This record gives sequence, C-alpha cells and structure tokens, in this order.
Amino acid sequence: MNNQNNNPDIAVHCESVSKNYKDVEALRNINFDVERGEIFGIIGPDGAGKTTLFRILTTLILANEGTALVDGFNVVGDYRDIRKRVGYMPGRFSLYQDLTVEENLNFFATVFNTTIEENYDLVKDIYQQIEPFKNRRAGKLSGGMKQKLALSCALIHKPSVLFLDEPTTGVDPVSRKEFWGMLKNLKAQGITILVSTPYMDEASLCDRIALIQNGEFLTIDTPKNIVSQYKNKLWAVESDEMHKLLLDLRANETTKSCFAFGDKIHISMDNGDLIVDSLQKLLLEKGHTNIFIREIEPTIEDCFMQLSQR
Amino acid sequence: MEKTIQHNPDQVIVAENLTKKFGKFTAVDHISFEVKKGEIFGFLGANGAGKTTAMRMLCGLSIPTGGKGIVAGYDIGTQTELVKKSIGYMSQKFSLYDDLKVWENIELFGGIYGMKDAEIREKTDSLMKLLNFENERDKLVGSLPLGFKQKLAFSVSIFHSPKVVFLDEPTGGVDPITRRQFWELIYDATSRGITVFVTTHYMDEAEYCDRVSIMVDGKIEALDTPRNLKKQFNANNMDEVFQQLARKAKRVDS
Repeated sequence: MNNQNNNPDIAVHCESVSKNYKDVEALRNINFDVERGEIFGIIGPDGAGKTTLFRILTTLILANEGTALVDGFNVVGDYRDIRKRVGYMPGRFSLYQDLTVEENLNFFATVFNTTIEENYDLVKDIYQQIEPFKNRRAGKLSGGMKQKLALSCALIHKPSVLFLDEPTTGVDPVSRKEFWGMLKNLKAQGITILVSTPYMDEASLCDRIALIQNGEFLTIDTPKNIVSQYKNKLWAVESDEMHKLLLDLRANETTKSCFAFGDKIHISMDNGDLIVDSLQKLLLEKGHTNIFIREIEPTIEDCFMQLSQR
Repeated sequence: MEKTIQHNPDQVIVAENLTKKFGKFTAVDHISFEVKKGEIFGFLGANGAGKTTAMRMLCGLSIPTGGKGIVAGYDIGTQTELVKKSIGYMSQKFSLYDDLKVWENIELFGGIYGMKDAEIREKTDSLMKLLNFENERDKLVGSLPLGFKQKLAFSVSIFHSPKVVFLDEPTGGVDPITRRQFWELIYDATSRGITVFVTTHYMDEAEYCDRVSIMVDGKIEALDTPRNLKKQFNANNMDEVFQQLARKAKRVDS
C-alpha cells in the first residue's frame, strides 16, 4: 500500500471506494488513478454520484469502504495535509455573498497563509476579468462572474490538485468554451484538474474521462479510445420529417438502437450492418423525402448511451 | 395613442417591442415575435442576455416597462392572473413536493388549477399509462430518480391542458436517454395542440424546435427555423450559429 504513497506521478488514487446513504448506494466500487498534470473528467447525469466522489476526495465525507489518496495522502488519516494542498470549487456557489470580490479572494488567501500578491500569476488571467468589479459584493455578481471568482478563490493558495464540481452546469455554450480555455491554461501551469460535468460534449476537452451512472463507472479511458470501442457501426439518417423518421426507424425490426441527435438520427442495426439501399427504399415507401444516410463516428454521448443500456 | 394588437387565435404568444428596464439597465430591449399554436419555440441566448426576464414577463410574473405582449389571448401587462391560469411552467429547479406521493402531487396541482376531481382521476390514470408509471403512482416523489421527476414535473405542468407551456432549461443535468424521452413528451404535447416555449443550453435540442430565437444583450438577433438559421450563418449546426451570435455580446455578464 505504501508504494502508492510514494508514486509521485499519481495525483489521485481511488481503490474500491463505496458510499451508502442509508439504503441508497451512491458509489459502488470506484477504482481509478489520476496522473499528475492531467485534466480528468467525471462525466454523467445528476444523481450519478459525482458530488459524493468529490466530497470523499476533498475529505468532507467518509467512504464506507475503500481507500483514497490525494497527492499521496490518505483522505482519512491525512485529511489536514490534503486540505492544505487541494483547491475545491463546489457545484453550488459557496463564497461569502456579503463580502466583496476582493475581500473574498483576500479571505481565502489568508486562510491558507498566503497573499493575493504571492500567487497572483496563477489567477491573473481569470481574476483580471472581474477585477473591475472588485468592490462589488459577491452576491451581486452575475453567474459568469461568480464562477470566475470561485475559481480564483479555489486557486489562490496554488493547489496541486484542483477539484471542480460541475463548473459549467447551467452556463451557456460560449461561456463554457471560455471556461475550458481557462482550464487548459491552468493545466499548462502544472495543476492537476479533476472536473465533473453533465455535458457529454465537454469530454473531448479532457485528457481522460470516466463515464458515471448510478454510482458506477461505466468506463475509464481517453475520449478517443472510448469512441473506438463503440460496439456497432453507427449511421446518421436525415429526412424532411424528423419526428416521423424517428418513429419509422424505431418500428423497423432490424433497428438495434435509434436516437435523435440534433438534426440527425443515429441508428445502429441488429445484424451489425445496415444496407443503405434497403433502408432508403423502406423510407421512400413510408413517404420520406430528402433522405440522407451515411456512416459516422460515434460521439461520447452515443458511447454513454450504449454503455448505460448494457 | 398606443397601438393595440389584433388578437389572432392562431397566435398563442405575441410580443411587440416588449421591453423591461431596471433603472438605467435595459434587460429586455424591444423584442417582437409571434408563436403559433402547437409550435415548439426555442428561446436561446447567453447567460445574462435577458431570457429569464423576458420569460417572467410572458408568464405574468413581471410587468413590462414598455411594449405589449399577449399570451393565450390575455394582456401580460394588465391581465396577469388570467395569463397565469392559461399557461403551464416548469424549470430545472422547480420540483414537485418530494414528501407527497406521485398521485398526490398531481391532485394538488390539478386542484390548484381548478380541475374537477373526476377529471383529475381520469387524467391521472391515462398519464400513468403514458409515462409507464403505474407502479410509481403511490411512491413518494422524493424517492424517484431525477429523470422520472423531470418527466413527471413536465406532465404536471401541462396536466390542466394549458394553451402554452414555458420550459426553462427542463433537461439540465438529465441523462442522455431520459433527455430524449423528455423531448418525446414535448412532441406528444404539441400533437395535442399545446404550444411549447423552451430554453436550453443543449444545442442539439435547439434542432428539435420548429423555430428558434437567439437573444444577445436584450435584443433578438436572429429568429427562424434551425434549417434557415444554419443557412443564413453558413453553419453546420446550431452550436456554430449560437457561437457566432453570442460572441458579439457586449454585456459584461458572460
């Protein structure tokens, strides 16, 4: 066991971690390692267990079973060491609403025995965006500004591992892209980042991801490898009447799975192969017009759905 | 003389230069659009663009400081109580009463909207069948998985057969399969003539709407079918359309 303590390449180590709340199994046998300097994404819907896992790793709650190490320190025995060296941004805005922007940042710096000046370099890019409002109370900030302040406060003591619990939930697509840009910059400065999200399209921005559902990891790998492990050939189908198309494809006997994906429908077939001509003919018979069928590469969302239905 | 809007029963929502100012700040800046009966209307915009303020006005919860709006035939400036009776509303945050059973929640909300007991009973039966919820009828709502809850919350929001239902990010955080089942329920509602006004941050869902408007800094910058918007902005998908428009935003909020 002690070897893991000494492995400097592993920032987070999680072994057989389980957590129950009364009769609800929030986490079941979670095993994974996060390498130093990685952006590791925990991706899954609300209620899957993401927040529970983050709370265990940040020493806020205890697991019922298993071992977890952060930066080589045990989450149970060495919780004081862990709290000194990790940054944690919870899903709910948890700063002091009645302190100003600057007071909040100053407060968190002081709690960790440092000053804003000492680590200003690390937060500069993010904090500068809200600095014009440094005398505004945190409670009066807009959603996007609150998010930037919370990230600055989680960073001001220069943590070695940063835990971000759903930082982009409810955030519009443009701001989400910006936020991921900030994470990339932090990674470049050597900070390990563990981030959770319900948005499957953010998977490709992580080095490795774990897909989580009902307290269990469905898979852990690079986004690229997960996509390459998709079991069937996948096809995108379009026509002028998309809802009717979905119903017609679903009624087709050889359809294995069939889901709407924006302006297309993704379909895989039971016998593995789809015969474009016969499907085209079937859809023409059903009265469809402007039919397009082509083979596509699955998205992480396709993979999630396939894995979660097993 | 203020111009009055001619009421056309096919238009469930009409906004004409609808405006809301808070002091010097114009949250919603002269927006105009119509939503037809049975349409799925996607209402998109960046955080802080003014979507929530506009939606609150359309629901009769906030009085416009300028312009006019008609929802389900009633004036949102003067007939707010009648507006509220004729609409349904559901948001990601809104949840039913966790400590009431499924059927109790339905009875409560049906009763609040003035439905008769017999009608509530009858409709509850058919709703439980539609949702495949017959085994959950007597369960506490708090014990249901999130996906179930959101599907139930939507069904309750249209239980009194409103003319229009407002959905504020109804699928946030919901798993991908349930998210798609949720949209099936939306299609089912529109097939029964209910108009749907929906906000979302999932751009694939924007594609499921009949028409989409995109708000930037309080104004509607684009409004058309997804297909036409993609053509107009020379984009492959709605995400690209959104990125092009929302990047122009000048408001500090992002």
